[in-house]
Amino acid sequence: MSAEPDEKVRSLWGEAWHRLRQNRLAMVCLAVIALYAAVGLTDFVPVRWTVEDGGTTREKRGKLLDWAFARAVGETDKEQSYSKPGREGHLLGTDIHGTDVLYKALKGISVAILLGSLTAAIYIPLGLLFGIVAGYFGGFVDDMIVYVYSTLACIPGILLLIALMAVMKKGIPQLSIALGVTGWVGLCRLIRGETLKLREADYVLAARAVGASHFRIIFLHILPNLFHLVVITFTLGFSGIIMSEAVLTYIGVGVEADTVSWGMMISNAKMELSRDPSVWWQFTSSAAALFILVLAFNVFGDALRDALDPRLRAGRAA
Amino acid sequence: MTAYIIRRALYTIPLVLGVCLITFVLFECVYSPKDRAIRQLGKHATEEQIQDTIRREGWDKPAAVNWKAPGFAKLTDTRFREHLVRLLLLRFGRSEKTHEEIWGKILRGAVPSLKLTIPIFAMGLFVGICLSLMVAYFRATYLDLGAVVVCVAFMSVSILVYIIGGQYLLAQNMMLFPVYGYAPGVHSAPFLLLPVLIAVLKGMGGDVRFYRTVFLEEVNRDYVRTARAKGLGERVILFKHVLKNSMVPVLTRTVLAIPFLFMGSLLLERFFGIPGLGNMTIEAVESGDFKVLSAMVYLGALLFALGNLATDISYTFVDPRIRLR
Repeated sequence: MSAEPDEKVRSLWGEAWHRLRQNRLAMVCLAVIALYAAVGLTDFVPVRWTVEDGGTTREKRGKLLDWAFARAVGETDKEQSYSKPGREGHLLGTDIHGTDVLYKALKGISVAILLGSLTAAIYIPLGLLFGIVAGYFGGFVDDMIVYVYSTLACIPGILLLIALMAVMKKGIPQLSIALGVTGWVGLCRLIRGETLKLREADYVLAARAVGASHFRIIFLHILPNLFHLVVITFTLGFSGIIMSEAVLTYIGVGVEADTVSWGMMISNAKMELSRDPSVWWQFTSSAAALFILVLAFNVFGDALRDALDPRLRAGRAA
Repeated sequence: MTAYIIRRALYTIPLVLGVCLITFVLFECVYSPKDRAIRQLGKHATEEQIQDTIRREGWDKPAAVNWKAPGFAKLTDTRFREHLVRLLLLRFGRSEKTHEEIWGKILRGAVPSLKLTIPIFAMGLFVGICLSLMVAYFRATYLDLGAVVVCVAFMSVSILVYIIGGQYLLAQNMMLFPVYGYAPGVHSAPFLLLPVLIAVLKGMGGDVRFYRTVFLEEVNRDYVRTARAKGLGERVILFKHVLKNSMVPVLTRTVLAIPFLFMGSLLLERFFGIPGLGNMTIEAVESGDFKVLSAMVYLGALLFALGNLATDISYTFVDPRIRLR
């Protein structure tokens, strides 16, 4: 697989990025994800602003997103009930409390980001650590780790999630723990399999021959070669996390009732649909917000996997 | 081969024991006996009632090691042993909330659940394989590409949206189906139509994508080239040769899905008011009935472990190469 002298030699990541850039659909999806992330992150930036209220000025605290909506739509009138999309500056209408639905849908992004990153912060270290240890050292440690994750994998995923959430209280951190506990199994299996292969790779054998420590081999030679698997798992797993939040919240073991998540919006909207006249905008908005992000992650994740898959790389170089 | 089957079967035992340990930690150790008693009796229970319940349910025993008991009973006169016996011998006992026999509840719920899940399973399999063979037939055309995009889009819609949207549009607005409810016997059919339709539609994206990959992996094999060289038509190759040879991955997916048919569908049963096992599980979550919940988690895991075992053993019959390992 030696590169032609005049061809630019790219690293794995450079090559992957190059391939991704040629995939127009993937780039559109990446842009969508970036847009979501940018809007979602505005909900983490604290700001202060003043409101003129009949001659008196009040200081308000909130997030950048709150401020933007206060400027664009005006203060929420708590007396108000449902208003249809497009009325009084509410692009997507309001819910029963007169809160702007677009605001809620955008606020749902920050919940998704929080949940996704917290869950990843739990399952990625777990999966990496146990996967590498099991694959690299083998023997009894390997048997034990395989036993633990096979046992967890025995329990149907949704039942384990529900059981974990039933004994914990509702909330985003708890939900992340439950999703992390169920999520590390898949990654661990993948990492273990790949480590088993890498352990016998020539460069690892060479490193061992010159007397490199296990620690050095794992961190310098094995870990960097596993990282693409982590990135792929994270990207493809993100949509699963968002979907699980919606389902668990609907069952009543997800986020707390005052959290503005897409799952909560969809659950609340179920009753609104059967009102007369039907209040469809909260359901449609939250479902669409969720759908677009999940679709973007699914398509981008597939493209990323194709771009990072070493088998495809080898096939192209040959 | 007998040695392999026995070894494989023995491997199921530690798995099942592990599941017992997990359910024990989750359902018996997280909440104190007093909390559980209060949840069962309600907030206004007297101290006496609470102590009574704790004694009746056997929650006054220590969790894992009974230091007060003599000799070997130190390890046996505990809640863990009772939990183990309860699950391993499938003596689930009575519900914490309603005091019904859990087995009675399970048997009653299994019928509506199976009535829902078996048609979903059969229709999903049939439609999925037919559609994906069609997609494989048109491989590397825009039709194929479009089908893949549609599949991913189908997979990206939340199950809640399928259910709520379907219920609202088809049942409530167009009145094609009853919105909610269930009737025993043959009369259940109209109530089951919509949930089955929704579930098949929901699973279609993932199924077609999976089967398509399986078929496309086979399409470039040598035997396909041979068949083509003999002058066989594309249709015969696809539906006769490729389909037969792709049976192993297809069978795995299928056989592994069978145990879960008994567990019912949590969301569909909840939304459409079908009194099956899924509905029962959610009710147990809502009322904090850990005995029912642990029974369901254990049953699910047991069915999965046994299904896995059956699949592995059936491989040895289907694919002779596996016996060598």
